[in-house]
Amino acid sequence: MKNYAYVREKSIPPSPPPLIEVGVIGWIRQNLFSSWFNSFLTLFSLYFIFICLIDFIPWAWGGHWNAKSLRECMDLDPNVACFSVLAARWEQLLFGLYPADQYWRPTLTFVFLILSIIPILFPRFFRYFWFSVIYPGLAIWLLWGGSIWSIAIIYIGVIFGVASFTVLSKGVIRSTSVNLTLSIVITLLFFLFLSSTLTEFLSYLIPISLPFVESLRMGGFTLSLIVGISGIVASFPIGILLALGRQSNLPIIKMICVGFIEFIRGVPLITLLFVASVLLNYFLPPGTNFDIVLRVVIMVTLFSAAYMAEVIRGGLAGLPLGQHEASASLGLTYWQSQRLIIMPQALKISIPGIVNTFIGLFKDTTLVSIISLRDPIGLASTIRADTKWNGIYWELYVAIGLMFFIVCFGMSQYSQYLERKLQTDK
Amino acid sequence: MKKLFLGVLTALTLVAGSSIAATLDDVKARGNLLCGVSTGAPGFATVDDSGKNVGFDVDYCRALAAAIFGDPMAVKFVPLTSAVRFTALAAGEVDILARNTTWTYSRDTDLKQTFLGVNYYDGQGFMVKKDLGVKSTLELDGATVCIQVGTTTELNLADYFKENGMSYEPVPTADNAESQQQYLAGACDTYTTDASALHGTRVNLENPDAHLVLPEIISKEPLGPLVRHGDDQWADIGRWVLNALVIAEEKGITKANIDSWGDTKDAEIHRLLGTGDTDILAMMGMPKNALYNAIKAGGNYGEIFENNLGATGGINIERGVNASWTKGGILYSPPFR
Repeated sequence: MKNYAYVREKSIPPSPPPLIEVGVIGWIRQNLFSSWFNSFLTLFSLYFIFICLIDFIPWAWGGHWNAKSLRECMDLDPNVACFSVLAARWEQLLFGLYPADQYWRPTLTFVFLILSIIPILFPRFFRYFWFSVIYPGLAIWLLWGGSIWSIAIIYIGVIFGVASFTVLSKGVIRSTSVNLTLSIVITLLFFLFLSSTLTEFLSYLIPISLPFVESLRMGGFTLSLIVGISGIVASFPIGILLALGRQSNLPIIKMICVGFIEFIRGVPLITLLFVASVLLNYFLPPGTNFDIVLRVVIMVTLFSAAYMAEVIRGGLAGLPLGQHEASASLGLTYWQSQRLIIMPQALKISIPGIVNTFIGLFKDTTLVSIISLRDPIGLASTIRADTKWNGIYWELYVAIGLMFFIVCFGMSQYSQYLERKLQTDK
Repeated sequence: MKKLFLGVLTALTLVAGSSIAATLDDVKARGNLLCGVSTGAPGFATVDDSGKNVGFDVDYCRALAAAIFGDPMAVKFVPLTSAVRFTALAAGEVDILARNTTWTYSRDTDLKQTFLGVNYYDGQGFMVKKDLGVKSTLELDGATVCIQVGTTTELNLADYFKENGMSYEPVPTADNAESQQQYLAGACDTYTTDASALHGTRVNLENPDAHLVLPEIISKEPLGPLVRHGDDQWADIGRWVLNALVIAEEKGITKANIDSWGDTKDAEIHRLLGTGDTDILAMMGMPKNALYNAIKAGGNYGEIFENNLGATGGINIERGVNASWTKGGILYSPPFR
């Protein structure tokens, strides 16, 4: 070793890469200007973004917020936005014609909505799932009002039905299907004969009620959320059942499911909405008050369920047949194997499609403006009919678009989070 | 929920289509009037900043509610798009439709509606920019015209230009909003739709004085309230509330002075306001002061017009043909006796 004049004992620390290869400059060079074609695309895109924003930013930034009418906006400066219409009408855009002193009710419903979906979205809060179960009834009561017992009776009835099912299952009949049918009959009998008396009795005993608000006053973004969320929540289980029914070995069930799915998919949503709005009333006896919002929710749910069924069927088809056979060989019953083996995998595959259907459904709720409900789009035309705001377009649509974007973007972000979390095969 | 359940059940057991009789009784039992109005037509029906229903058609329904209940607020306004308005009336979702609806032969007969009269004589007009230098529709030969496709206005336009030996180039649009945008962007020389809508649009343009609604009206669009066929008593009530508002204007009875006609010599006024000895309102099953309440609700026809369509309403439509016959218009009520 001594023969050597110098031995390096440590390696030289690596020099930093050249300045133009790292940091912001490096990133830009690598990603935006790596070749002449990419450079051209980058510049072209920048120019495109520029011309989109050059008019929009000053228009939106300098917008008027305090004018009393469009005329006043025009007199101030006709070249910028007249957001005053939002200042004057934001409550209507959010709540429709809901009584002003009751605005806390839809607001509270919305807050509870967020609280109630947390246990569903994030498993570590699953112990609060009971709240998600009582939420639908709570929301209906908060929004429409009336006696709390008229809603609570539905829960009581369902508990009654479940209890009867449990009792029956412990009895002599071993067949789940027979027990299920029997308990459903018992529940129906409860609703037919017992519920009204019980409701009156409870209302008399513990009178809790809110002022009644009729559906005619529902509107704005509240209405979009009512229709959208109820549609989403209800269409998911129905979609699963339809998808299973379509794959069933029982011919009649299969035929009904296929017929339903194909019929609904073959008809535009607006046609179903027209049926809900005008046709249904021809068939109901005069004086029947079949709530319009409920009618619309039912139609939207059926429509969305058919699409949901096909999305889930896609997930089911994506599973190897071996999974079915393996679960059968373990001795699992049909429902056990669906619940424990098939559905968890099928639903995981279908997440993008499911969320896609949800987002589509939520945006489709704007179609209700055609059957005269006052959703944000319908309200926009009502607002324009006020002489003060006649001729105002962009401001309203930008605001409505933004509200829808927030909800839809939220849904898509959650689905991506869920996909990442459930990524078990990599 | 139970109500719904029972409703569906009854629907299953009952056969649809049983006749709807005695609307007045239904309305009284319900405690309010269901009035179908437009989802939004400037001056005719809309919702103001505070969420209150306002408009020309709205005020008519308030007068009707006042006649029945003595309370102009005892009415629920059901917004209806043009697509669902007739079915909503036929299906009984509303008691009366006051939705700037044109009275036509086929609507009266084929659709089985009863029109109660005309509350506004509308018609198709044209708007042009003033610097075009056009003063009359007859000078529009060769013009580009923004026109809503699939409407009667499109057919009227073709007929009118053909009759007068003129040519035009259509710029098709989907609705009034698009027509307006195209017109302002210079895509067409003129745009055409109902004159009331043109006036409503004009007041909020960037510079209203630069635009002109031409004086010619090329089509008849008599707008009025309507009810279902088959209940003549109900139709009579609606018709005579409308007539009462017109007569009140003719006689000079206003919302403000309605209480000061006690010693007038005019017997018709006494009959109308129920201040005389004879009670002829009983003939249609209404209380003696029903029409008094109707006029008291929003004033006479002229006041309602002024508050919604005139200068006070912000639209500045001239009375024109909609003036009383005593003032050169064609508004003429049959005598009240």
